[in-house]
Amino acid sequence: MATAAEIEKQAEAREIRNRWYLSAPALIIILLAASGPLLIVLLYSFLTPGPYGDVVWKFSTEGWVSVFLERDIFDDTLSFASAHLTIFWRSLKLAIMATVATLIFGFPTAYFIATRPERTRDIWLFLITIPFWTNLLIRTFAVLQVIRNEGLINTALINLGVIDQPIQMLYTDFAIMVGMVYVYLPLMVLPLYASMEKLDFRLVEAGYDLYATRWQVLKRIIFPLVRPGVVAGSILVFIPAIGAYVTPSVLGGGKNMMFANLIELQFGQGRNWPLGAALSITVMAIVMVALLVYVRNTSGSEVRHG
Amino acid sequence: MPDTPGKNAIEVRGVRKVFGTGEAQVAALDTVSVSIRENEFFTLLGPSGCGKTTLLRLIAGFDFPSEGEILLYGSDIAPLPPFKRPVNTVFQSYALFPHMTVAENIGFGLEMLGKPRAEIDARVAEMLKLVRMEKLAKRRTSQISGGQQQRVALARALAPQPKVLLLDEPLSALDYKLRKEMQIELKRLQHETGITFIFVTHDQEEALTMSDRIAVMSSGKILQVGSARDIYDRPAVRFVADFIGETNFLDASIDSIDGGKAKVTLKSGATISATVADGFKPDGDATVVIRPEHAKAVKGKGDISGVVENVVYFGTDTHVHVKLDDGESFTVRQQNTRGAMVEFERGERVGIVLGDDAAQILKD
Repeated sequence: MATAAEIEKQAEAREIRNRWYLSAPALIIILLAASGPLLIVLLYSFLTPGPYGDVVWKFSTEGWVSVFLERDIFDDTLSFASAHLTIFWRSLKLAIMATVATLIFGFPTAYFIATRPERTRDIWLFLITIPFWTNLLIRTFAVLQVIRNEGLINTALINLGVIDQPIQMLYTDFAIMVGMVYVYLPLMVLPLYASMEKLDFRLVEAGYDLYATRWQVLKRIIFPLVRPGVVAGSILVFIPAIGAYVTPSVLGGGKNMMFANLIELQFGQGRNWPLGAALSITVMAIVMVALLVYVRNTSGSEVRHG
Repeated sequence: MPDTPGKNAIEVRGVRKVFGTGEAQVAALDTVSVSIRENEFFTLLGPSGCGKTTLLRLIAGFDFPSEGEILLYGSDIAPLPPFKRPVNTVFQSYALFPHMTVAENIGFGLEMLGKPRAEIDARVAEMLKLVRMEKLAKRRTSQISGGQQQRVALARALAPQPKVLLLDEPLSALDYKLRKEMQIELKRLQHETGITFIFVTHDQEEALTMSDRIAVMSSGKILQVGSARDIYDRPAVRFVADFIGETNFLDASIDSIDGGKAKVTLKSGATISATVADGFKPDGDATVVIRPEHAKAVKGKGDISGVVENVVYFGTDTHVHVKLDDGESFTVRQQNTRGAMVEFERGERVGIVLGDDAAQILKD
């Protein structure tokens, strides 16, 4: 005869088994859809480039070597691949700047929405999401119309007599920044709003009551309490920003390449799929490490006191 | 209310507060004036929506008056933001900072005032001792009980040594026994710190047991200010008598008035004497107010009579609900004693004897 404890144990084991069975379809899809393509990319990075693109099934580490080093065409010596580093550095710099800029613009926006009466908050949120209705490419071309030499800003400034010559904004890093901030701002505002909506504004009053000025209340009370939203928003903006392709190719022109454009080049005109695959994995690894460090640092105190 | 000698900590002068605009305009406070003395335990008492919390928020600085002045030791603080007022608040929800420890919460106000670290630490330790929370200093505020959170909220508000402490229904979230304990605790703290307390509550028992003086509020107005005794024994208007304690109301016609005394005839034909509230000149009909404990039910004839409808035992006393011969309801409260108890049965005819000074005539 099984004791009550044994029966309970069996029931628990059955429960756990059932949970696995039930989640199996989802797990299989995640495994195939997420890991499958990644594994293919990893495999390709160790093969030899074919003459017209594609790969030849022959093992080679040349793709990985070319990520960091350059082989001289004439004497076959290796030198440091500074072009790749420059492009990567630009991507990282622009992605960080875009994240910070969306945070600076998004924080007051989210605060504004969260402090509206409940009825009108939905309307404001709806307005924030409107740009999502239009294709990314179209939105990017709209930004181009605003900042190009004959565009809205320059024409207005010239007609007002502020400047004689148009300011060159298009095809600069600034243009890419503007485009990315415009495109990714909702991704920052929405998670920020989600955590600010949960914020107990009586705590803000308590802060004022205890002699904290507006700036101190923001720094000591609001910011620490909405930090989960800041972290989530930063990640949501940073990841697509560092991998941005459309925005830099439209607004940055040919010379201000970002990493995604470099990868695309290897799979397209460059006909070097293994290098493209190796570059993809490199940037993925760096982004993952950067995010781990960031999350660890920004939410560290929460975890410690948990 | 006569203005008293001694310093006033807070003077509210002709304060109006209007919310909304146009058609939807609501006057939460309608030209309120009141003086609160130094070192006083002052209570704003009234039903929800009477404007007591609005008045507290105006003193704290979370809202600004539409009209009028609020003086703190003689200087107008009405236009100042809350962080420039030497006034602290204990919030109904406590509003403790969840991302800080108990000690960090208590030290926050001092830190914002720019006090040196050593002074903050010493003061926090002192406050923790005052509210008996020394052992929990390093805890997060989410890891302590409701009663403990209440103590931390008090310590946090007292730490910067405010001139006036505002308490917004701070005991309403606690259970009965804890509430009783905290009532005594609050009185002790007020006594030990010597800070003026302004306490908001809708609980008349809380107000009566704790306060030096009480302001009874209704619909944005202060109806009466006085000691617990004044308010209970000499209510100025009918609302105050009705809101504080239980009261019997009887219709009567006035026969004669002489000074503060009147002779009235009740509907039943009985003639009794009643005191008339100060400065009130009733003519013809009036409402007579009689506290249940100032009347006595007897077997046989009394001043008025009726039939017992219900007898409710409350432990310390018994309430006898009587339907009077003229159809009105009347409650008598008798103290329970061992032995000499007069028992009443439902349906029994009883007489009600009204003590001297039991009946009062009030303004509506």
